Amino acid sequence: MSVTAPKKLSLKERYRILTRGLDWTPTYQEPAKIFPHAEFEGIKIRDWDGFVDPFRLTMDSYWKYQAEKERKLYAVLDSFQQNNGQTAITDGRYVNVLKIFLTAITPGEYQAHRGFAMLGRQVPNVGLRIAAQMQSLDELRHAQTQIHSCSHYNKYFDGLHSFSYQHDRVWYLSVVKSFFDDARTSGPFEFLIAIGFSFEYVLTNLLFVPFMSGAAYNGDLSTVTFGFSAQSDESRHMTLGLEAIKFILEQHEDNAAIVQKWIDKWFWRGYRILAILAMMMDYMLPKRIMPWKDAWDIYFNEAGGALFGDLARYGIKMPNTAEVANKEAFRLSTETMLTFYQMGHASGFHSWLPSEDELKWLAEAYGPEWERLYLPRFKYFRELEAKGEHYYNPSLPQLCQVCQIPMFFTEPDDPTKICFRDTVYNGDRYHFCSDGCQHIFEGEPEKYVQAWLPVHQVMQGNCGGATIDEIRKYWRVEDGEDNYDYVGSPDETMWKSWQADRLKVGS
Amino acid sequence: MHIDIKAASLQQKRQAYKHLAKRFGEDRPASRYEEGTLDLAPEANFHYRPLWDADHELYDKTRSKITMKDWYALRDPRQFYYANYNITRAGQIESVEHNFDMVEKRGMLTAIPAEWVERITFYLLPLRHYEWGANMNNCQITALGHGTALTAPTCFAMGDRLGIAQLIGRIGLALASNNETALNAAKDAWVNHPDWQGVRKMVEDSLVLEDPMELFLAQNLALDGIVYPLVYGAFSRESDRRGGAAISFLCSFMNEWYEETGKWVDAVIKVAAAENDENKALLKSWFAIWEARAVAAFKPLSVAVLGAEAGAQAIADVEATLKARAAKLGIA
Amino acid sequence: MSNVSITLYNNDESRGLIAAILKDNPASTTMRMPGVVKIDCPNKLTILRETVENELGRPWDVQQLHMSLVSLSGMVDEDDDYFTIAWNH
Ligand SMILES: [Fe+2]
Ligand SMILES: [Fe+2]
Repeated sequence: MSVTAPKKLSLKERYRILTRGLDWTPTYQEPAKIFPHAEFEGIKIRDWDGFVDPFRLTMDSYWKYQAEKERKLYAVLDSFQQNNGQTAITDGRYVNVLKIFLTAITPGEYQAHRGFAMLGRQVPNVGLRIAAQMQSLDELRHAQTQIHSCSHYNKYFDGLHSFSYQHDRVWYLSVVKSFFDDARTSGPFEFLIAIGFSFEYVLTNLLFVPFMSGAAYNGDLSTVTFGFSAQSDESRHMTLGLEAIKFILEQHEDNAAIVQKWIDKWFWRGYRILAILAMMMDYMLPKRIMPWKDAWDIYFNEAGGALFGDLARYGIKMPNTAEVANKEAFRLSTETMLTFYQMGHASGFHSWLPSEDELKWLAEAYGPEWERLYLPRFKYFRELEAKGEHYYNPSLPQLCQVCQIPMFFTEPDDPTKICFRDTVYNGDRYHFCSDGCQHIFEGEPEKYVQAWLPVHQVMQGNCGGATIDEIRKYWRVEDGEDNYDYVGSPDETMWKSWQADRLKVGS
Repeated sequence: MHIDIKAASLQQKRQAYKHLAKRFGEDRPASRYEEGTLDLAPEANFHYRPLWDADHELYDKTRSKITMKDWYALRDPRQFYYANYNITRAGQIESVEHNFDMVEKRGMLTAIPAEWVERITFYLLPLRHYEWGANMNNCQITALGHGTALTAPTCFAMGDRLGIAQLIGRIGLALASNNETALNAAKDAWVNHPDWQGVRKMVEDSLVLEDPMELFLAQNLALDGIVYPLVYGAFSRESDRRGGAAISFLCSFMNEWYEETGKWVDAVIKVAAAENDENKALLKSWFAIWEARAVAAFKPLSVAVLGAEAGAQAIADVEATLKARAAKLGIA
Repeated sequence: MSNVSITLYNNDESRGLIAAILKDNPASTTMRMPGVVKIDCPNKLTILRETVENELGRPWDVQQLHMSLVSLSGMVDEDDDYFTIAWNH
């Protein structure tokens, strides 16, 4: 044969040849030994080739586009550092949002990176493996760019200094850690539904879009740049999640029941994590972008509604707990905020009471029921503060066995009553924050009894000691610096000195 | 507005994240490689045992027989983190594009004699399947290896190997005027031709290795240490003589990549071997097994491409170079 | 019938892209937030390479969309000349 003039290949054809052709059917080793995770979850696949590639990036284009994104991002980070961009944010309080982000979300990005590597190795289909591998690379990118973006803030502000260490230990961070541990210890299909579909498709928009818009609004050039830049990978990830779920459902009608169970579980698991995001949006951004409830409506009820409308033809329904999430929408941020306010001594970031203006904004957003329920509490805490008696709750909270959040959520239909559920398993009683979490436990009790519950661990003496001082040391939460109220913190003192300088020069 | 604030009140409270300062023994500024790598992976307090591996924690040092006091000692001398990795590769791929353009414009592929096009199809194009095995192996190490110092660069290597597999695929398309024929013929050789079966068996066997460090050594040192110098060195030189210089030109990225990546592979093995005698003995025994297999597997191909005598000589040369390299790493 | 949606950076590079989308999808509505623009459209939204190139006045590869894309909602199909997002119901 000899080489003649080339024929024109379409994007789709070219991609197919350069990827799908890579695989072969192994004969020297059993396929089941090469892909040992493919079958144990009970998902039935008739034809792996039925998977549709979610996007068609060959590795050379991937390098090209990602390099371009990184060049832009790091140019912004460099100039942010040189120009001390941290002094241009709306208020020193804002940085607490970054503290939560770096300690809770960034290690989650890392877990997603490792999890997608697992998937990128274990699924017996080239197209799916490549999409997962690129996502693994992307998630490493997200972890690293977030660390690099926050690095400059860490030089000035407290609470950012030990993010990965704290993620393994601090009580509220175990909420996120257990979420990703749960997904990663599952099989490949469940991981795909958990992270690729439920988290990426249904929930990350809530995390990134309004939140990053908030960063932009608050003058945080560094975060808004990494945030939107990371989000530009997210649309690939969402498409992977959606193609994957369609593929699984189309392969065999028996798969729908398993998938529905995972959607129910992972919607609720993910939604519980978002409680802290709701608090950030409604209480921690000095300039607010939109109330949590509006973001929830746009990104869950509207976009999620369209999505589940589309999946209806496979017999897939909205998660069974969506109703409860909607009932909680007006109070989720407030219940969370009030808890953290009282746990300020045991947290790695600052909390504070909203100002009068902020309360007005919240009342307008959330209506008379919110005012009736919560304004008196804010008033009560404010009065204590005025007397110099900021309230901190000295007791160890009881945690939900599944989501690991303290029991502070209220009954779906009665916001004045804390919601408690419990189940006896093998002679022991386990406690839950909600029907959703109880349900998840009862589906796999042998998994959730293993949970590393921070409060239990403290009581068993595994966290440095029995006193709060010892425990804070174990957490590397610097007492008097990282914790308590923003008012009176070293962060506030520094921020005020910057403002004073600015005024002096200005006059 | 930054000029409004006096330098005095812009006093830095700390230079680096504390886990880094702790490692450095001082609070000094950290590089982006250090920030994005060190102590990044979870280390403690795992919640659930993996359903797919109940004998281990999710992150578990004991997946490998290699022991390290500090897995973050296995540094990457290139200091790659995601951004500089992608920017480096994007730059290299720009020259690859340029090379493809030039080869096409000058009709350099049409000038290759037909029988040598067939040889190229036989010896080069099946390697995209080898690369795909290498991609999966580095992916496996990324999933189950210990410490980000090791697993971030293996993730980059995973991407590299997909890139190289696709680069070979593009050469296959270019050789067949954008038809799949040459790639299909190459896949047939990979699956059925007797000369390729030793290689394919070796690759399939590597896919079931359980120890991530054995896998690292087998793939990235022993197998690659034979394949790259043989194919992109000896075979390329032969190709130049046979009128196929355009092919060596299109494969120049592979040579560049191998040289760069080899420095990282060497650094990892060297540090792991120097850590303790048990490590050294293990790495030594793994190297002996996989190096011998790689040599045996590639010998028929070397003979097929270069002839009996030159083929045997080429593989002997490549083996000698690899053994010398292993000796420097302390595992020969 | 449900909306599909695409969210793009609100920067100079995306301007031509946004203009092209609004031209080719007259039923769409936009929502502007700091830094981003969210465009919703009933059932299906199409991005045509040709229209974008006319808006930009230069060649544009459909995959360059990855540089401006922040989020989307709907099923994706892409080829050399178009990028569509649609729901099937
Ligand atoms: Fe991410
Ligand atoms: Fe719960």
